[in-house]
Formats: sequence, C-alpha cells, structure tokens
Amino acid sequence: MTELPRPRVLGRSPRRVDGPAKVTGTAPYAGDQPVPDPAYLHLVQSDVARGVVTSVDTAAALELDGVLEVLTPDNAPRLASTDDAELAALQSHEVSFRGQVVAAVVARTPEIARHAASLVRVEIDRLPHDTHLSADRDDLYAPEQVNGGFDTDTSQGDLERGLAAASFTLDQTYSTAWYNNNPMEPHTTTAVWSDGELLLYESTQGVHTTRESAATTLGLAPERVRVVSPHVGGGFGSKGTPHVHTILTAMAAQAVPGTPVKLAVTRQQMFSLVGYRTPTIQRVRLGCDDDGRLTAVALDAVGQTSRIKEFAEQTAVPSRIMYAAPHRRTTHRLAELDVPVPAWMRAPGECPGMFGPEVAVDELAIACGVDPVEFRIRNEPDVEPESGKPFSTRNLVACLREGAEAFGWADRDPRPGVREESGWLVGTGVAASLYPVNRSPGSRATIRCTAPGRYRVEIGAADLGTGTWTSLAQIAADALGVDFPDVELRIGDTALPKATVAGGSSGMTSWGSTVVAAAEAFRAKFGDRAGVGDEAGASMPEDDSSDEYAMHAFGAQFAEVRVHVDTGEVRVPRLLGVFAVGRVVNPRLARSQLIGGMTMGLSMALHEQSVLDERFGHVVNHDFAEYHIATNRDVPNVEARWIDEHDPHTNPMGTKGVGEIGIVGTAAAIVNAAHHATGIRVRDLPLTLDHFLR
Amino acid sequence: MIPFDYRRAVDVDSAVGAVTDPEVAFLAGGTNLVDRMKLGVAAPRVLVDINRLPLDEVEQLPDGGLRIGATVRNSDLAAHPIVRQFYPVLSRALLSGASGQLRNLATTGGNLLQRTRCSYFQDVSTPCNKREPGSGCSAIGGFTRQHAILGASEHCVATHPSDMAVAMAALDAEVLVRGPAGHRVVPVVDLHRLPGDEPQRDTVLSPADLITAVDLPPLPPGSRSLYRKVRDRASFAFALVSVAAVLRVEQGVVRDVRIALGGVAHKPWRARRAEDVLRGSPVGDDVFRRAAEAELADAKPLGDNAFKVPLARNTVVSALRELSREER
Repeated sequence: MTELPRPRVLGRSPRRVDGPAKVTGTAPYAGDQPVPDPAYLHLVQSDVARGVVTSVDTAAALELDGVLEVLTPDNAPRLASTDDAELAALQSHEVSFRGQVVAAVVARTPEIARHAASLVRVEIDRLPHDTHLSADRDDLYAPEQVNGGFDTDTSQGDLERGLAAASFTLDQTYSTAWYNNNPMEPHTTTAVWSDGELLLYESTQGVHTTRESAATTLGLAPERVRVVSPHVGGGFGSKGTPHVHTILTAMAAQAVPGTPVKLAVTRQQMFSLVGYRTPTIQRVRLGCDDDGRLTAVALDAVGQTSRIKEFAEQTAVPSRIMYAAPHRRTTHRLAELDVPVPAWMRAPGECPGMFGPEVAVDELAIACGVDPVEFRIRNEPDVEPESGKPFSTRNLVACLREGAEAFGWADRDPRPGVREESGWLVGTGVAASLYPVNRSPGSRATIRCTAPGRYRVEIGAADLGTGTWTSLAQIAADALGVDFPDVELRIGDTALPKATVAGGSSGMTSWGSTVVAAAEAFRAKFGDRAGVGDEAGASMPEDDSSDEYAMHAFGAQFAEVRVHVDTGEVRVPRLLGVFAVGRVVNPRLARSQLIGGMTMGLSMALHEQSVLDERFGHVVNHDFAEYHIATNRDVPNVEARWIDEHDPHTNPMGTKGVGEIGIVGTAAAIVNAAHHATGIRVRDLPLTLDHFLR
Repeated sequence: MIPFDYRRAVDVDSAVGAVTDPEVAFLAGGTNLVDRMKLGVAAPRVLVDINRLPLDEVEQLPDGGLRIGATVRNSDLAAHPIVRQFYPVLSRALLSGASGQLRNLATTGGNLLQRTRCSYFQDVSTPCNKREPGSGCSAIGGFTRQHAILGASEHCVATHPSDMAVAMAALDAEVLVRGPAGHRVVPVVDLHRLPGDEPQRDTVLSPADLITAVDLPPLPPGSRSLYRKVRDRASFAFALVSVAAVLRVEQGVVRDVRIALGGVAHKPWRARRAEDVLRGSPVGDDVFRRAAEAELADAKPLGDNAFKVPLARNTVVSALRELSREER
C-alpha cells in the first residue's frame, strides 16, 4: 500500500474549520436551511403495539385554520417500493409496533401541526402483542447472518471438552439494556419538490445512502434526488440507516405542491422511530488452566428484532477476536417481537458484546488468582483466533501496560470490599476495548485547482460533529503536499462525488484513502505545475491487505469507582483509556471522539436504560428527564491517550478510526471496579444504587 | 400545543379575579406548566402571567423568621445570605433541584405547585387517574422506580417531585394564600394532599387561590439542618429518596428534630413517627435506625421500588449521623 509522503498537517490539531459557523449559530443544519414559505409536518403515532387501523377521522384536524393536509393510510400516495418495511410509511393499515406512524399533519406552523395531530382520531383494532425478550423463549431463531455480514454461529475445537479439562470455569449470564440513540439534534428533514425533482435537506450520516433509499422508495431515478447535509448534530448510528421520517416528509411535500415541508422528529418520537440498540442477554462460558490460560471461550448472545424488519446485533463477534483459546463457540439468536426496528448505535456488536465477556474475564481472573491485567496479557493471541490471520498491528498489551502504569495499578490490593474513604467504598477495574478497522468501498473524490495554489476537494462525506471538515482537509493537504489553508473541502451533498456512509468508524479510512488516491491522480496528471481549472479524480482503491490481515484497533480502560456505604450511590471519579488506533489525524478531534465514547460508555454503565412497559409495548421513560444520560457532574475526570502506533496495512494514512472504540469496554471496567469496591458482582446493566443497598 | 389566551396580571387582586374557571391558570416561571402544555397534559384556555406582581422579595420578619415572595426565583432564594446561613437545608434542597437554567426561572410558588413527573401522567397515550379521573392507574403494574412507598392509594402511586417543598416541610413553613374569599395561611405540610380517591387534586388549593408568599419560622439557636438527596445520577434527576432534617442536640440528647422525606409519597412526607422516637433520646446509629424503621413500618413498595425502603432508612440514618457529628 502506498503511504502518505511526509505528513505535515497530519498529527497536528488545526482548529475546526466549521467552528466559527457553529459558535455563531450560522451553520445550516437540516431544519435551518432557508426555504421559501415552508409548511410543517407533525407525526401521529399508534398507541397500540399491534393491530389494524380501522378508521382515521381527520375532520377536526382539517377544520383548523392553517392545516393543509392530513396523510393517512387511506389517502397517502403509494410508494414505488415497500421492500424496506420500515420505510413503507402509511402503505398499509397494519400496526406492527407502538409508535408506528399512522397519520401525519401538514400545517402552516409547527404549533398548528402539533395541535392538529392531537385532533386526529385513529381507531385501531387491537391484536395481542408480544414484546417480551427472554433467552428462554422457544421461538428464538438464528438469523442468516448478523450485522456487518458476519457468520451467525462459529465453533472451533470442542467446547465441552475444553470446559471439562479446565481448572477454573465460569458460566454466567450478563445483560445489557435497551438503549436509544439520542443525538442533540433530532432527526430533521426539509423536503422541496420542483419539476419532479426532490431536494432533501437531511440530518444524515450519508447523503448518498439517503438518496438511494429515498429514490428507491419513492420510485425516482437517483439523479432526480439531491440530498444536502453539511452539518449533523450527532447521529451515533441513528442517522446512518434510513428511517421513515424522511420518506414521510417527501410524501407530505408532494401532497402540498409548491410548498416545501419541514419535519423535526420530537425527542419522544425518537424513542420509536429512529432505531435503537437491542437489549442483549449474554451467556458466557470460560475455562482456564491453573496459570489463567484460557482453554475455552463461548458466548451465546440473544437479542431482539422487530416483526417488520430484521436487525441482528453482532454481539458475539468480538469474542471471536479477543483471546486465544483452543475450544470456542459463538452464537446469535433473535426474538422477533412487536417492537420498533432496532438498528445501529455507536459500536453495534462490540459495545454490548464486550460487556459480558470482559466482566467474565475479570471474574475468572479473580477465581484463578491472576491479576486482571496480567490475565489478559497471558491470553494474548499470536494470530486472530478464529480466522488464523495475522494482525496488521495489535497493541492491546501495550495499552494495558501503559494504562496500568499511568493509573497506578501496580499498588492495587486485589481484595474486594476493603477500602473505605469517608463513607465511600473504593475500587478499581479494567477492561479491554476493541473495534475493527472498517473500509467501505465505493467513494470517489475530485480535486480541482481553483486559483493558483488553491485546491478544492470534493466528496459527499459527512461530519456528524466528529470533525470531518477539518480532518479530511488535513489528509488532502498532505496528500497534495500543500498547506492546510490552501485546501477547500466540500462535503455533505449528493451533488459532490459519491461517498459511503459515516459508520463503523470507517470515515477516515474510506474517504481518506479516496482523497489520497485523488491527490495522487491529480499530481500524476499535473505534477507540481497545476493550473487553474485542472481537475482529477479517483475512486477508493481496492484494498490489498484486508484479506491477508486482521485489522482492529485496541484499547484498555481503567476505572475508579466509589459506592456509598449507606445509599449505594455509584460514582466514577476517574476513567482512563489508552488506545492503539493507528496514526491520529488530529489529536484534538481524536481526543474528543475518545472521551466522548468513554463518557457514553460510563453513561451506559451507570444510567442509560430504555424501560419497556410490556403491557403497552412502549419505552416509558422516553424523554431526557427520565432516560438518564450522564451529566457533567457524573464525569469529573475522563482521560484518553493513545500509544504511538503506525499500521502500514490499514490505509495510506495508517489510521484505524476513533469514533466508536471509546464506548467499548467502559461499562465492563466500571462494573469490575464496582466489584472491587464492594465485593458485589453486578451482571445486569445499569449499575444502579439498588444493587448495592444493604 | 393548543391555542390559549395570555394576560398579564398587574396586581394580586386582579390576578385572583382573572381566574373565573378551572381552565384559567397562573403562569409563573412556566418550567413545568409549559412542558405539560406541550405534552398535551395541560390545556389551559387562559394563562394569567403573575411574573410582574410585587411578590419577588425576601424579607426578614419581626420574629426572626423569613418571608419569601411567591415569585422569588429558586436561584435567588438558594443564594440568599440569610437562607444560606440559617436555613442551609433549604438552600441545599433548592440547589439539588433541576438545573441552573431552570432554577433561574422557577419560582417559589410554582415549585410548590409543580405536578408529578410520573411517566404515565406525562404521556397522554396511557391511562392516568390524575390526568383523567377514572381512567385507571398505569403505574400500578408498570414502571414504578420513581413512585411512592408511603401514603399511596389504589388510584395513584405518584410522588411529588419538589426538593424545596421537602425542606420547607421540615422547617414548618407556612404558605400565604390569597383566594377569592381573602387571605389565609396553610401550613406547607397541609398544602399537598395524599391521592386517596381524588388523585387529580394535588393540593388543598382551588384554581383561583394564589400563593403570595412562604413564611419560614425562625429556627431555635443551635439547630443544624441539611438536605440529602439520592438519585439515579449525580445531578439533574428527581429524588429516589431525599431527606430534609433539622436537628438540635444538647449534651448528646436530641432536643428538637424535624424530618421530611421526598421521593416517597404524593406529598413531602413529614416523618413524625421518626421524630417521636428521636426526641429525648441520646444520639446514635441505633436510635436513628429505629426511628427510620418506625417511619417506614407502613411502607408499601410496588415491586420496582422495593429498594426505596432500605434506601430511605439508610439515608435518614446517614443524614442524622452527619448532623449529630457536626454537633459534637
């Protein structure tokens, strides 16, 4: 693989290109885009989990001044494709989950639309529903594959024999909760039709993927749809796959010809319409010898999916990669329930899938009397355990050692429940982090000389607040061999060359490789004497390394936890993550991603939980007052650092991606520390105070 | 949000006079009412804005107590030097509530009259006796982590969300009310009701009653007070259990004690049984625990919130221990 020549801007922290626009409130988010005289959409949701819509009475809503249209299953335009059942808005009378959209009101103001929506009377014939997730269900099924295209089940050696021969064994069940993606900016769409062409201002992680799904669903040629999304106020995966609100806004704008339509999904609606992380139940079985060397590793993961569309979280996949052991097995099973459609949420698979196993490793290390850091080091594999491929780079051990040193691990007294300071029990814990290096083929970039020494780089990439505006321009500057201010990056528009979705921490790898290839093409064509108007482009090169190497980022997270003796309150005064993520493009932005991920992991450990009321089939705590996300006071000290790692195989920049690994392993480190503090082992998240009350 | 009329009251009399029917509501800070209007839980026809009434002063009373105007903002009250010096329980309770932004808007009267945040009450798609009498209580048999363990009924198990009111209950505060029939004084412990079979009625006030002030009696010299709030995250969450305690100890014996619990009932829960056990007893963990257990003897947890019984017990013990330790 060609490497980037002489990095100059790479590794530095130029200020965010989009910073001034954001702090002055002028960055146009999807709902801010100025369109002439827009109307506003408000969605009406089903209040039953399963049934058939028998009538929708829109009379009272239509009588309101300012109401333009009410879409219902009876009058909504027919869509060209209903293959993606999640997007089949108002195409049938069937209700498949509570919160499904059953009508939509278009009005002159958002207030009128909302008021009118409350006047729409929807009659639904109720059918019995089932939203109960359990590992004991007799109708669990094995999906054909799991998210990411991975095998559903794997098996090597003879697990039972491996367990039987082990000196120490563990067989425990762990669970993670239902989590909802809650970016600050809600899902927002502005739809403008003109001459049969559709313009969507959309808050999305991928303008081209949004265009594709909108075009397919609406029956338009893709070139008749333009999607614009220069700024996104967070997505965490929920803006990575298409959801129904986009289609509904386009349909609504079609129903009021000549009038653009805007929709901002409400916070409460986000809990049923834009995806979420499935709860998981994880049975972990481990066996090790007297020295703490693993002989058997097994994870059987159960999750849920919706009746209308399958999503199979790849919870057991990280267990195929982490530790050496001759006997191993992983499985995924799903319960198909009358629930909203689950989807991506920051580090799908790895985030929940590193919880159970990393707590189990702590338990087994304690059982066999080996320090949990040392236990992990002893079980470091030479090659990727299940594939047998060499790692392009694997620096988990270095992360563990550096982290242990920085955290003061060496002085740790392993005994649980023996340290008390001013009424707080104190403990420390560790867990490993893992995230794959994902490459998504299909991006293209063009570079044009716009003035002497000035270069415009175009690619339809996305910035979710992650810093793409800055980091991708840094890569372009180095690839062109020019100064950072001489690069003008354009992203977030399907009018630009095609880019893959911002997902799987693949942005820098995929878009960065593409920009480097375009710069190489440009320099090959024009040398150092490019004139104004000169232009060249390239697609993302074929990858020649991923078949040969297993490529992953690794990390180690250390937590200090305090549990109040009287009240059981849990605090995390200190969290340290040390990561091996390849070369870091922009330290300021990378640090922000890593501590953001760790904070979200802390939030998952201590607070987050979408509570399902099975009688109704809805998330009860569907707002920020009751769906608790960590506050500033919950995260007094979160530190992220990284080791100096350069991976020659991942991509020309040597990067691995930093968007997701920070959330992986955090919850396990905190649970392990809480055990060290109290002697109480919690296996079900979140780590609420009632676990510790005596 | 349903359209409504907005009027600004110029004096107390006209404000009270403007409330001609239950669909007219006073608007103070709006931090709870406006949320309920957005959610469709409240739909007043008319809002009478009382923010410009001359009720925003804190003044010392001749007896050494304090009169707090109804529109004094929570932030201002928490920061008031007299409150900080003599009523730390109130200052700490206020600062443990909501967020800085909300406290800057929320008023003393409005804080008392805020309604429960029971998820089912706040969601018009689920039945709720408090919102729609007779429709049923969805919380019973549902998610009840935040719900009551004391004084609930088969019709409603909601909790009152205020921190400030819990401190005021421990301080024996009195609420000054101006209604159509004139002025009256309601002890804060009698302001809120238990749900019984009328959970739609949170307080003993009628719609045209306007809270004009809250009076705090002086605390006897030597009294110490604190507010301990336990919740599911370190800030910006409603109490699972909170304890407001005022304690005066002489020579190791409890001379005066007043305890109120938050997060456990439909109203700030004055713990008189615990006080009776404590009064006259030598301080110590054993008696603190016996006192807490006496108060919680009739607790009826709902499943999800069974932990609140030991949590309330431990928090009371912890709070009293801290107060009596300071005393020595």
